[in-house]
Amino acid sequence: MSDLAIAPVETAHVSAPSTSLPRLGMPAPRFEAVTTHGKVRLEDFQGTWLVLFSHPADFTPVCTTEFMAFAAIAPELRKRNVELLGLSIDSPTSHIAWVLNIKEKFGVDIPFPIIADLNKEIATLYGMISPGESKTETSRCVFVIDPNGIVRAMIYYPLTTGRNTDEIIRLIDALQTTDKHKVATPANWKPGEKVIVPPPATMEEVEARLKAGFECKDWYICKKSV
Amino acid sequence: MACIGASGELTDSARRLLAALDPPAAPDQVAAHVELPLYRVRSGLREMAEAGLVEINDTGACAITALGRSLLHPAT
Repeated sequence: MSDLAIAPVETAHVSAPSTSLPRLGMPAPRFEAVTTHGKVRLEDFQGTWLVLFSHPADFTPVCTTEFMAFAAIAPELRKRNVELLGLSIDSPTSHIAWVLNIKEKFGVDIPFPIIADLNKEIATLYGMISPGESKTETSRCVFVIDPNGIVRAMIYYPLTTGRNTDEIIRLIDALQTTDKHKVATPANWKPGEKVIVPPPATMEEVEARLKAGFECKDWYICKKSV
Repeated sequence: MACIGASGELTDSARRLLAALDPPAAPDQVAAHVELPLYRVRSGLREMAEAGLVEINDTGACAITALGRSLLHPAT
């Protein structure tokens, strides 16, 4: 099924997924994969952030626009110590032909490796296949894995809907700000805006924060600049 | 990252990695030297270790082997 086809949701025929999803805050499932840049293992990315993302299929229109969008943000991600790693249930030859086609037709270089997951091993490990949409293609999944190999965020989009790569950069910025300053980030936060001071757990912390000069609407919602 | 080409010669990226291993170096040092992403250096060095072109010691430092050196600098 192409990524533009609107799939009926076959709820009556969908059995339970063959594996559960990775869990936020837990180690990312380890893998060794054949990619367009050679064989890589998850641990090869230790010390860098990793955005592991899947697409339904090579040579499909939404995926092609997404790949060009991911290529466009690759330099910004690299500045943030983030690597990209694509995946679909296609062969290395298909990936290579598609990358060359994108270069030929759109003038865009794809700078990141793409996993050829023909046996669905990694797609299954990461719960990337949504049988209600397609049993043979991966959904548009994004896994943000931190430098210690911990799953920090997951995004799932359906076959029909291309992802917003600006949101992926924003998400990385928010996670890295959280790690650096031990804070949380409010809705629609962008770098430069005030962040949320974690809520207090004790009365002593309540009293301390009220004296700390934070911008507080009430004791439980305080912001500060970082 | 394939280290050996179709006709048995070193690939360009393999040459760059091997040339960066004199003296022996850790993958992050190699990555900085050859300006390749660290994951590519790690996977490339591992592949070359499997091919006998590189030795990886207990501390993670990598050294070029005699075989690697002979391929990098073939006798003319």
